[in-house]
Amino acid sequence: MRRAIAEMTLIGIAGGLLGCWVVLYRLSYAAESLAHSIFPGLVLATLTGVPLLLGAAPAIALAALAIVLIARVPGVSREVAVGVVVTGFFGLGVLLALSPDSPPGLQGLLFGDILGPSDGDLIAAAVLAAVVVAGLLFSHARLLAVGFDRGFARALGMRPGAVEAVLMVLLAAAIAVAVQGLGNLLVVAVFVGPAAAARELTERMAPMMLTAVAIAVGAGLAGLYASYYLGTAGGASVALAILAAYVLAAAAGRLRRLFSSPRRAGMEATIG
Amino acid sequence: MPDEPLIEAAGLDVGYDGTAAVSGVTFSLRPGERMALLGPNGGGKTTLLRALLGELRPLGGSLRVAARCAAVPQTERSQLDYPVSALDVAAMGALSRLPWWRRPGRSEREAARRALEQVGLAELSEETFGKLSGGQRQRVLIARSLVQEARVFLLDEPFSGLDRPGSELLEELIGALAAQGRGVIVATHDLEQARRWDSVLCLNSTQVAVGPPDAVLDLDVIERTYGGAVVQLPGSGERAILPPHHHHH
Repeated sequence: MRRAIAEMTLIGIAGGLLGCWVVLYRLSYAAESLAHSIFPGLVLATLTGVPLLLGAAPAIALAALAIVLIARVPGVSREVAVGVVVTGFFGLGVLLALSPDSPPGLQGLLFGDILGPSDGDLIAAAVLAAVVVAGLLFSHARLLAVGFDRGFARALGMRPGAVEAVLMVLLAAAIAVAVQGLGNLLVVAVFVGPAAAARELTERMAPMMLTAVAIAVGAGLAGLYASYYLGTAGGASVALAILAAYVLAAAAGRLRRLFSSPRRAGMEATIG
Repeated sequence: MPDEPLIEAAGLDVGYDGTAAVSGVTFSLRPGERMALLGPNGGGKTTLLRALLGELRPLGGSLRVAARCAAVPQTERSQLDYPVSALDVAAMGALSRLPWWRRPGRSEREAARRALEQVGLAELSEETFGKLSGGQRQRVLIARSLVQEARVFLLDEPFSGLDRPGSELLEELIGALAAQGRGVIVATHDLEQARRWDSVLCLNSTQVAVGPPDAVLDLDVIERTYGGAVVQLPGSGERAILPPHHHHH
C-alpha cells in the first residue's frame, strides 16, 4: 500500500501540472489519442520484459508519423487521420494483449494496476515525473506566451511549433508514468479532470497548477483507499474520484462567480 | 541628420503568392511621427503592416526597417479566459531578451510595471487580462510592446469597438508614444482623426498619396482612396463616402 501511495502521488504531480497545459492548449483529445496509440508499444514491452518507456517511445513516434502521412492523403482531414491511426494502433495492441499465447496480467495495461507497482516501476515513475516537472519549469514562460498569443510569440522569435512539440514529448513521458497505475483506458482522467477543476477555482497559472496537483493527488488517494477497502477496481475508482472533484469544483466555481460579480448574476437572472 | 528614418519604403510592392495586393508604396516614417494609414477594406493596409513586421517579403521595390516594429493585435485574437494578469502579459514582451529556459524575473516584471504605468493601468496590473475592457486590454498589449523595446508601433484599426473615453485615452497614449520619439502607424477609417496627426498614407491597391494631412487630404485624394464620391452630410459638417454607383450630384 505504501508503494501504491507513492505511485499515486507521483502520477498526481505529473498529471496535475501537465494537465493545466493540456486544458489551456485544448489538447484533451490529443492526450487521449496519445495514450491509446502507445498501447501496442506497452504490450510489446511487457511481453519482452523491457521497461514500458522503451515500448512507448517508438509507438508514439510511429503513430505521429502515420498521422502526418495519412493526413497528406487528399480529402483526409487531420482529425480523421488521428482517429484512424489511434483506433488502428489501439486495436493492434488489444489483439496482442488478448491473444491466447500472451501471458495473463496484460489487462493491467488496459485497466491499470495501482495497487501493485514494483520498486523498479516506482523508480522509473519517479525519474519520469522529475523530468516532466523540470521540463515544465524550464519551458513555463514560453508555454504561457505561446498559449496566450501565437502570433506575438512568433514575432518575438519563438517557434510555437517547437514549444508545442516539447509539450507533447512531456505529455508522452507523463502518460508512460501514469499508465502503469491507471491503465490505458482511464489514464486521460488525471490529465484533464484535476486541471479543469482547478481552472474553475483559480485565475492565475501558479495557483491553478498547485490546485490541480492537490486535486489529482487528493482524489487519487481517495480512489486508492476506496479500491483497497471496498475492493473496487483501482483505475476506475481513481477516475471516478477525479470526476467527483471536478463536479464539486465546477459547482463551487459557478457559485463564486455568481457571488463575486452581482452585475453578471443579475443579468443571468433576468434572462433566465 | 539626427532623425534617421525608422522605416523607408520606395516603390514597394507587397502581396501573396507573387501577386501584389498593394504596389508602389513610397514613404518614410521618422521618430515621433504619427502616420494614419487610410484606405478601403482590401485596399492593402493590413498587407503593408505585415510587410513592415517582416511577415511578408517585398515582391518589388525596397523596404528598410531600421527599428523594432511591434504589432498591437485586436485582443479578440487572444484567449480571454487565459489565467494571466495584465502584468504577466506585459512581462511577456521581455521574453525575446531572455534565454529559452528563463522566465521573466524581478527586473522584467519591474519593466512591465513601468510600462503599465505609462499606459495608465498601474492600479490594474494584477487584474486578470480577460476581465479588462477592450480598450484596457489594448493598452496592456501596447505596454507589452513597450517592454519589448519596440520603436515603431503598428495598430490595425485600434479604435473600432472602443467607446468614446476609451478612444480618447488611446489617442492620448499614441501622442505620448510619439512624443518619446517612437513612430506610430495606425490603420483607420476616421478621416477627422487622421487630420490631427503628422502624416497620412492613402492606399487603394496602389499608393494614392502620402504627406501631411493638410496638403494631402483633399476631395480628389479621398475619392480616389475610397473609390467613391464624398458628400458633405447636411447639418453636421461631417463627410461620408458613397460608392461610385450612388452618385447624387
